[in-house]
This record gives sequence, C-alpha cells and structure tokens, in this order.
Amino acid sequence: MSRVWIMAAAGLAILAALPFLASPYVLHIAVQVLILGLIYTAWSFMGRFGLVSLGHGAFLGIGAYTSALLWNLYGVTPWLGIPAGMALSVLLALVIGYPCFHLKIVGHYFALVTLALGQVVAFLIIAARDVTGGSLGMTPKAVGTSLYALQFPNRIQFYFIALGLWLLALALRHWVSFGMRRAALDAIGEDETAAAAAGIDVMREKLRVTVISAAVTSFGGSLLTQYLMYLNPETVSGVGVSLQIVFAAIAGGMYSALGPTVGALLTLALTEGLRILFGTQLIGAANTIYGILLILFIVFMPRGILGVIEDFSLSRQRRERAGPARSAGG
Amino acid sequence: MLEVSSLSADYGSFRALFEVSLGVEAGETVAVIGPNGAGKTTLMRVISGLLPPHSGTLAFEGRSLAGLEAHRIVDAGIAHVPENRRLFPRLSVEENLRMGAYLPSARGKFVERRGWVFSLFPRLEERRNQLAGTLSGGEQQMVAIARALMSEPRLLLLDEPSAGLAPLVVQQVFDLVRRIRDEGFTVLIVEQNVQQVLDLVDRAYLLEAGRIALSGSADELKRSDTVRRSYLGL
Amino acid sequence: MDIFLLEAMLNGLMYAGLLALLALGLNLIFGVIDVVWICYAELVMCGMYALYWLHAYYGVPFPLAAAAAILLVALLGALLHRIIIDPILGSAPINQLLATGGLLFFLQNFATLLFTTDFRNVGIRLPSLELGDIDIGYARILAFGVALLGAAGLYLFLARTFLGTAIRAISQDREIMGLMGVDARRIYLITSAIGGGLAGLAACLLVLQYDVHPFVGLSFGPITFMICVLGGLGNMIGGVLASFIMAQIIAIGGYELSVEYSQVLAFLVFIVLILIRPQGILGK
Repeated sequence: MSRVWIMAAAGLAILAALPFLASPYVLHIAVQVLILGLIYTAWSFMGRFGLVSLGHGAFLGIGAYTSALLWNLYGVTPWLGIPAGMALSVLLALVIGYPCFHLKIVGHYFALVTLALGQVVAFLIIAARDVTGGSLGMTPKAVGTSLYALQFPNRIQFYFIALGLWLLALALRHWVSFGMRRAALDAIGEDETAAAAAGIDVMREKLRVTVISAAVTSFGGSLLTQYLMYLNPETVSGVGVSLQIVFAAIAGGMYSALGPTVGALLTLALTEGLRILFGTQLIGAANTIYGILLILFIVFMPRGILGVIEDFSLSRQRRERAGPARSAGG
Repeated sequence: MLEVSSLSADYGSFRALFEVSLGVEAGETVAVIGPNGAGKTTLMRVISGLLPPHSGTLAFEGRSLAGLEAHRIVDAGIAHVPENRRLFPRLSVEENLRMGAYLPSARGKFVERRGWVFSLFPRLEERRNQLAGTLSGGEQQMVAIARALMSEPRLLLLDEPSAGLAPLVVQQVFDLVRRIRDEGFTVLIVEQNVQQVLDLVDRAYLLEAGRIALSGSADELKRSDTVRRSYLGL
Repeated sequence: MDIFLLEAMLNGLMYAGLLALLALGLNLIFGVIDVVWICYAELVMCGMYALYWLHAYYGVPFPLAAAAAILLVALLGALLHRIIIDPILGSAPINQLLATGGLLFFLQNFATLLFTTDFRNVGIRLPSLELGDIDIGYARILAFGVALLGAAGLYLFLARTFLGTAIRAISQDREIMGLMGVDARRIYLITSAIGGGLAGLAACLLVLQYDVHPFVGLSFGPITFMICVLGGLGNMIGGVLASFIMAQIIAIGGYELSVEYSQVLAFLVFIVLILIRPQGILGK
C-alpha cells in the first residue's frame, strides 16, 4: 500500500511542478486533458456499472450553454450559471433515468434512448440559433481575469483550478466506487436480480449514479467553456462528442481510476501529434487512426490500457508471491 | 454403424461421461436407459456434435466424427431429435419441416419427403400452416421427429421423446417410434420410461453416473435384477 | 386542408419508404446476430460515394453503377461482420455496438481524408410530378417505389426460401440450428451481406435526392435507430410502421416549425413513446 502512496505523492509533485517547467503549448494541452479527464471520469461512473450512455453530450451541452447563455444574456455569474446547468442536467437525468430504470430498459435499448437524448439537446441548440448562434457557435463575453466571471486568461491559474477539480472528480469516483455502496453497485453491474434479492434498491442506486454522472459532466461542460471561451454544438453535444466520451473512457480503461484521464491524454496526444505531423493537409487522418484504434481496443482489450496494465502487474505480483509457479493464474 | 469408444465428456464443469463405449448396428433399435442426470442427454449431444467430447472416439459408418461441427454430422447422416423437442415456435409446421430439409442434399427432395412424412403423420398435414408453438405436446413431438426425418438420416437419435407428455400421449409417441423402426430406420433412443422402451428395442445400455453399468438384449435387461429393482419397480 | 401541408405529408410518406428500407436492414441484422450496427448510415454513405465516383466521375451508366454499389456495400457488410463482430461474438452485446461505433468514426474520417468535406452531387436531376399545386419529385417517388419493391423482395426471400426460413429460425433457437444442418456462422455472414445490400440499395435512392459528404450518415442514421427501437428491435413490421410515424412527424414538424425543431420533436416523441411502451409499439 505504501508504494501506491509514494507513487501518488510523486505524481502530484510532478503535476504541481508542471506549469513552471512546461511550455505554454504543453500547458494548454494539460489543462484540456484535466478537464476532459474529469468529464470522461464522470461518464465512467455509469459505464463501469454497465450503464452505457451514448448521450452524455446532452449533459455536456446543457452545462456549457446554460452558464454561457446566462452570462451573455443576463450577466449572471457562472457561480450561479454552473449550478443552474447542473440542476438542469440532473433534472433531465431524473426524467430519463427514472422511467428507464423502472422499466428495466438496459443494454442496446438504454444506449439508443440516451443517444436520442443527445440528439434532442444538439438539435435544440442548433434550432435556437437566435440566442445560441446555431452551428456557428458562440463566445462568452470576455472581461479579463475575474473571479466573478470565472475567467482566467492566465493558463497557470486555470491549470491549478482544473487540477483541483480533476482531483475532486477522482475523489468522487472513489466515494462512489468504494464507499458504502460499492457492494451494492457491483452487484447491480453483475447480477441485478441477485442484488435485488439481497435487499438492494437497484433502481435507487442506478439513479444515484446517473444523477452524479450527469451533474459532473455538466460541470465539466461549463468548465471547458470557461477555459476555451468558445463553444459550438458539435464540440459540446451530439452523437460525435457522446461517442468520443465513451471511446476515450473505454480506451483508457473505465474500470481504473485514472483510465478515463489516460483516454483523454491518448485522444489529445493523437489529435495534436497528427496535426503537427501533417499540418492541416490531412483533415480526418487523426480520427481515422483513432477509429481503427477504438476497434482494436474493443476487440482486443475491452478493459482499456490501464485495465491491461493492472491485469499484468496483478498477475506478476501473484507470480512473485507464489514463487516460481508454472502459471500466472487469474 | 455407430461406434462410440472410451468417450468422456463434461457437462459444464462436471465430468458427465466416463469412458463410455457403445455401438449401434444398421437396422437396429437401441436404447440407453438410466436415471436422471446419468449423462444420457450429454451422450446424445456429443454424438450429434452439439458438445465436443473430452476424449474418446466416435465413428459413423467407418468414418471418424472427430472435430466435426453439428451441421457436418447431420450431413454425414445422423439426425438428432433433441430433448424437449426444440421446435421453432414461431415458424409453421411446414416451415419447421423445411428447416429439417435444409441440407443441400435434402432440398431437392423436399416435396417428396414432405409427402412421405405427411403420409406417416396425417395429423401434420392438417396442421401444416399452424405455428409450431401452438400445437399440443404430442403433435409437437410428431413435428420434431418428422423434421429430423426430412434430412433422410440413416441414424435417428431420439432424446426422451415421451418426456413431459400425458400418459395417453406417451403411448402414441411410442407407437410412432415403433412405426419408424418398422420403416427400417436405425434408431438410438434415450428414455426414462424403461418398461415401454424395452418392449420396443432390440438392445439396451444402462447408463449410471456417467458409466455403462449394464448392456445386453432388451430381454436380458428386462430380466436383470438391477433393472427390475431400480427401473421397473418389481 | 392546407395544400402545402398535404405536400409535406406526401413527401414524408415518400421519405418513410427509405427509412423503412434502412430499418429493415438493421432489424434483420439485429434479429439474427443480436447486434446493432451503429455505423449503418455510414455504410450508406460508402454506397453513395461509390455511386458518385462510378457514375459522375467515371461515367459508368447509372443502373450498372447502382448494381456495383449495392454489391460493394454488401461486401462491406460481410467484411464488417467477419473482421469486427465475429471475433467478439462472445463478449457483451454492448461491446459489439461500440466496436461498430469505432467503425463509424473510421468511415466518417477516412472519407474526409480521401474525399474532403466537399458536398458532391451525382448530377442527376429528375423532374417533378405536378398535381395541381402540389409537386413531388420523381426521385422521391422512385425511391418510395423501389424501397417498397425491396421490402417485398426481402419478404418473399424470408418467407419462401430455405435460407430465408433459416434466417427467421435462428433467433428462435440458436443452438439447434446445427442439428438442422445449418452453419450458423455462414448465416450470420449472409445476413450481414444482405443487411449491407439493403444499405447499398438505400444509397442508390438517396443519391438521387441528396449530396454526399462524409457526415451525411448523421442526418438519417440516428433517426433510423430510433425507428428500430420504436418498432421493437428485430421486429420488421414494427420497424416499417415506426418509419411511417417518424417520417410524418418530421415532415409535418418541418413544415409547421423548422427542420431542426422537427428533429427535436421526433426524438422527443421517440423518448416519450419508448417510456410508455418500452417493448416497442408492436410489442406484447
């Protein structure tokens, strides 16, 4: 156990030192990795219990547009706008989640119902182009560095904010996964009937996870907007973004704490790497390779990169403990 | 015709058959009897290729069946009427028969075979357009046997044809099997209804806890103390 | 009745034929293999590009190009099954859905890489049928007619042939298909090819009405999934019925409100209906 803590402390130290060592460009990527990591982690709250949502773009979009619209149209501070977006997302999650779980809509059906939800929000944003700017997107009114407006053009400041919030999301994940209800949720993921028979209110637990996931995703959407200071329906809602969330979480490993963040890192590194390599000549190249990687991941390592590494180190530990055993076990 | 030697097989994680050997000659009717869970159905599933054996050999007409998938074994000439009939409930009787004649070698003769099957089971002709799931248990068993006969098999495997049927219907099913035997088919039948099946077959094997406990002609088994005590209740 | 509303509804009816064709393909695949091809509309996109290049660029006569496109997409469907679905048939169904999602990403972006995001037109403009004040493009009428013929052909195939019967039987009892002499893996492959072929047929009809671009699939893919769920996944008749309902909502909504709001309306109606009848409109 102590080795884990030492590694965690070393990792934190590196993360804390990063802004003072890295170039502005690397820092820009790092901030995005942290914010996307937070969002993907939020998705994995549900994903790891078998609730595969293909509509998280809905919550992302609601979060992003609610705070930005309230600020631009009425001058409402994001301090209120962000919670407002979260509240809306939670409401939507309840409206969809309650009947879905009540009627035992699972698997394909749940995935496709949530996909429809994502479409509703995406088309709403485009349709309301008078206020949202439609497909062209919109820019929150910039006021320079301001705590009231939650705008921090200074990357280093924003980096630390994002780092703190990302750590909070990880803590939340820990609480959801390893808190009181871990046994309950694991039971839900594996065998719903058995869980119900053991006196677990399956529906309540599912709803709780869904609500938390929606709220954090919505928060992430607002955060992304505050950082990029630009938003459009394609980057914060719709099928594309929803699938990207799912894929990054899976590629990184949705069963591991850092998996979704690794997925965010992988995605951004790939996109940026190919952009630098090919410039703008080969539009689509990055995502083409990304698509192939996703297929390979799902076919060959559905537990993601970190899942595979964990399996590997676990089996090595077991081997070490068991001495020169013939098989790795597990 | 069918040679099974030293066959072992697993049911899930349990060993269900231990070194089972048996044989069926052309034109014979042979039964495998034994209590619930003795491995009778597992044996049938291994022969028809639904379950790969753990070890041992299977040969049909001198040809090894090792590693053949189920659809190849049907092609080799063995038809299996599975436990619980397993009809396609939302296909009509006729369509179930069509599935039985799916093999390219049987398709060309479909109409002719269907006519023959209907002459054997006139009831099925009356019900030909009815969904199989809506038939009575006895009628369903007729369809299951008829479906298996559509592929012109040389060996017919029957797994518990009387299971779950009312006593009167059980009698009808045994009459059916008798008719098929008299048509000259080679039949390997698994049954719990020991009394009736021993009246029907030439030879029988007693399978207990995955091993052949006893084998011989039907009359020998009827006279054996084990069978009389445990299965005939005498 | 408003004459233009009537025109919108007639156009919706024509559009429903196309959606029904796509829904039939998806439902066929789901019914047999238990997998949702989330990249189905992207296969249509591939067919549209094939037609564009063959006909508009290389000058191959349209009927010939159409046949080639249908074959190509059928082959793509079979390949998709062989390479992606078959190796993971044993894992959770949702993984299979997600793997085809990866393919969606790949196809969209590979098309962007090869052909850029330009909108391309196959260059055939059919005239319109004028009935008083109403006019309906012959391209739409043709699409509706051919879609109906395609559906009828599929019905006859499934009802009358040995292979079609096996395709219907396999979802009722997978295990004993082997006892019928049926190689289930071959049925899966053939079904995938037929599903692909239907997508190819839809591509031939769509290309007469719409430009092709790498993201064209997004404009009818999601609505097709909703239609399939609404009709009950795997339920062919339900899918056709749901196509007509959804197409009318989009057509009337598009006329009364706007294109985007009609989509919002369609997806909202879908969500509400599915929460009322989760088993689909025709489910028991």
